[in-house]
Amino acid sequence: MRGGGLRIYALIYLLFLYAPILLLPLFAFNSSQIIAFPLAGFSTRWFEELVTVDALHEAVLNSLFIAVVSAVLATLLGICAARTAARYRFRGKGPVLGFIMLPLVLPEIIVAVALLTLILQLGLDLSVWSVIAAHVLICVPFSIAILQSAFQNLDASLEEAAVDLGETRWSTFRLITLPLVMPGIISSLLISFTISLDEFIIAFFLSGTDPTLPVYLWGLLRFPSSLPVVMALGTILVVLSILLITTAEFFRRRGLARTGATDSGGFI
Amino acid sequence: MSGPIVALKGVHKSYGDYHALRGIDLEIGAGEFFSLLGPSGCGKTTLLRTIAGFEDASEGRVLLDGRDMAGVPANRRPTNMVFQTYAVFPHLSVAENVGFGLRRSQMPKPERARAVEAMLEQVGLGGLGRRAAHALSGGQRQRVALARALILKPKVLLLDEPLSALDRKLREQMQHELRSLQRQVGITFILVTHDQEEALIMSDRIAVMFEGLIAQLATPEDIYNRPVDRRVAEFIGVMNLLRAEIRRNGSGIEAEIEGLGTVPIEARQVPGGLTGAATAGLRPETLTVLYEGQPDRGRVTHGNIEEETYYGDMTYYGVRLDGTDRPVTISMRNLPGRDILDPGTRTRVAWSPEALIFFP
Amino acid sequence: MGPPALYALLMLAVPLATIFAYTFWTQDGLTIDRTLTFSNYREAFNDPLYRQLMLRSVWIAGAVTLATVMTAFPIAYFVSFHVPQRRKALWIFLITIPFWTSYLIRVFLWKVILGYNGVLNTTLLGLGIIDEPLSFILYNANAVVITLAHAFAPFAILPIFVALEKIDRSLLEASRDLGETHLTTFLRVTLPLAMPGIVAAALIVFIPTIGDYVTPRLVGGPDGLMIANMIQTQYLRLNDAPMGATLAVLAMAIVAVISALVFLASRLTARIWA
Repeated sequence: MRGGGLRIYALIYLLFLYAPILLLPLFAFNSSQIIAFPLAGFSTRWFEELVTVDALHEAVLNSLFIAVVSAVLATLLGICAARTAARYRFRGKGPVLGFIMLPLVLPEIIVAVALLTLILQLGLDLSVWSVIAAHVLICVPFSIAILQSAFQNLDASLEEAAVDLGETRWSTFRLITLPLVMPGIISSLLISFTISLDEFIIAFFLSGTDPTLPVYLWGLLRFPSSLPVVMALGTILVVLSILLITTAEFFRRRGLARTGATDSGGFI
Repeated sequence: MSGPIVALKGVHKSYGDYHALRGIDLEIGAGEFFSLLGPSGCGKTTLLRTIAGFEDASEGRVLLDGRDMAGVPANRRPTNMVFQTYAVFPHLSVAENVGFGLRRSQMPKPERARAVEAMLEQVGLGGLGRRAAHALSGGQRQRVALARALILKPKVLLLDEPLSALDRKLREQMQHELRSLQRQVGITFILVTHDQEEALIMSDRIAVMFEGLIAQLATPEDIYNRPVDRRVAEFIGVMNLLRAEIRRNGSGIEAEIEGLGTVPIEARQVPGGLTGAATAGLRPETLTVLYEGQPDRGRVTHGNIEEETYYGDMTYYGVRLDGTDRPVTISMRNLPGRDILDPGTRTRVAWSPEALIFFP
Repeated sequence: MGPPALYALLMLAVPLATIFAYTFWTQDGLTIDRTLTFSNYREAFNDPLYRQLMLRSVWIAGAVTLATVMTAFPIAYFVSFHVPQRRKALWIFLITIPFWTSYLIRVFLWKVILGYNGVLNTTLLGLGIIDEPLSFILYNANAVVITLAHAFAPFAILPIFVALEKIDRSLLEASRDLGETHLTTFLRVTLPLAMPGIVAAALIVFIPTIGDYVTPRLVGGPDGLMIANMIQTQYLRLNDAPMGATLAVLAMAIVAVISALVFLASRLTARIWA
């Protein structure tokens, strides 16, 4: 077989990548309170414990609200940017786009601290909205990356053809553009939702008295007795993320198939 | 006779400092198959898109069937377009693509379906209506694009390099199909192409464009035989260019041409009463390589064969005529019993002064 | 482009300008003293603790970058050159999945894996490979490097993969045809052509890791703390936003300078190569 040695290396590397999230459910369903091998026995008690904590429910609601709003806003902004980037050439396009994409590489603590400072300076209160503001900022680059390929695969003459055949700009958008980029939009919504849901450091700085789920988790990490609960919660979170991402990938591929484009790889 | 179906009056189009169109005046009659021919960047596609309404002229007027199109958007012009990429909607079926433009018509549904089926039949796609558009071949896509535009019975059908993405065999087939389809439906076709052969085969008239201007507007025959300048002559087919000197000689005119000598010529061969230094043009097929033993005919000059290119039905010779510094191209039909001559062969070349064209 | 650019301007440029302004102000009890001064910068440069944290952050980020890119390259190469075309997207998807799961959870699990009574030690002890638990793998810089190399793996793999995918395969055949071996072809053709991807991978790993907070805090121990931990301390514990802002701006400046140097160096080597 070609690449025999490399293949073995690749499989070991995959194991390395997956080790943490594979161990997670093991400890989540382990009956012992101590996080170590050997495992004691199967139990769902840590999951049952989750149901009874009110503070947790509040954090979940905060997280869901933030993630939904951030995903919608980031995707709307992503549509604007990706369409422009794929369609038009103008002076300063590179730098402007680069600036919008900057949060992709900027350490998240910088985004967090910068917004925190501004909010302090303006004398505003921290709330779920300050977290949303920052999450939109860091989700937009991902949204653009996903949507840009969707818009690039969309031949500009498709829209012109629809206009040529008598449609207005709006009905062209509804009949041609939207159906063709819809998979990209759904993919962008799901990815942004996932990023926001899992994001910790910005929420840690900006959530104020409305902790998100990761911030709540962070608080639990200090207490060894609550670690199995963390594992249970983490398992749910990871499973949810994988489901969302797989769905997003499904839509991305369907979008490609629909336009008859070839697949060039992952999201970024 | 009614007026022209398309009339352009002093059309300019500029993007900032770049002038894509620099004053186009053009009239195209109803039922004509008209081609805009030129190298890439000459403005032919811009001109087509200006007629379609995708570009607004910076200056000048566009009239379709006598109506000024200023301020009329593309979706309300009596034109339809076949795009270079075909722009077949990939998420719709073949029938949905073809019926796309009928959505806004008052036509009842069953009638619409019949019209679509009839149209598909006409372009040779009968029975393929339910096929997904992205599963079509290039040639089929082209037919869908054509059917989708023709079903709306436009006054003018605009075709933007519609055959350039097809391979040679299919392209030649489609050229004939397009031409006969146009005769059948009687709609004015305006074709943009950079392929001179395609333009010559298909068109009633051709406008040859360079740098935003129409260099020559004429029938294919005139464009080929009587190009107005060197650019047109060199763009269409192969043209041998030789240095020449035109002089008056009593009541007539004569030309001294390098490698060919001095011959009397007729006034119609010389545009604008040109005299003095000029360039003489001769098409490869108007020169003949004479074989050993063949008698002289017409005027004869001498030269050396320097290159030989075999094309199956034809052989192209590069012959350097005595007294010239580069070879002229001569095309010879390969007839049975006629040998291919090797480079290095000394030969006679027959030619006739009537075939000469002169340029400044 | 308007709305997203405006948003980035309001939510990124303005806040960044604000923290930049803060670096010239000082905290005076509960209020901000707006007299312009360089005292924060002086303090940041003179205090050995800040200096040490800065240097350690650069050092750890550098080590993480090296480790990540070196381990990622073979994977990218494998997927690009040895995985059949129709399976490539699946492999890339498999590689990116862990990246989309909660960062916090993943880092915490490394603490569980690397700990004194952790998964790794108990497994190795159980298998009889070691007699006593390894202690050099948790609460120090090693643990930070391992954890971050894991977290940023897809960031390194994807740019290299994209660069490798762009290489026209006939170039490699041409090289073999001209007498090069597999190895020399790799060194003389593949590697130089993949270089832009490698440089991009290095930068895309280096820049965020230098400002990482969670990993040093959870697995770094006192000797593994980095500058982000100090920024957090300044803001949320000591309530000294100007000092925190100064450290943040310095961290960004360091990142910018090093990135620019790496970028220029790669341009230069590319030119020398050609």
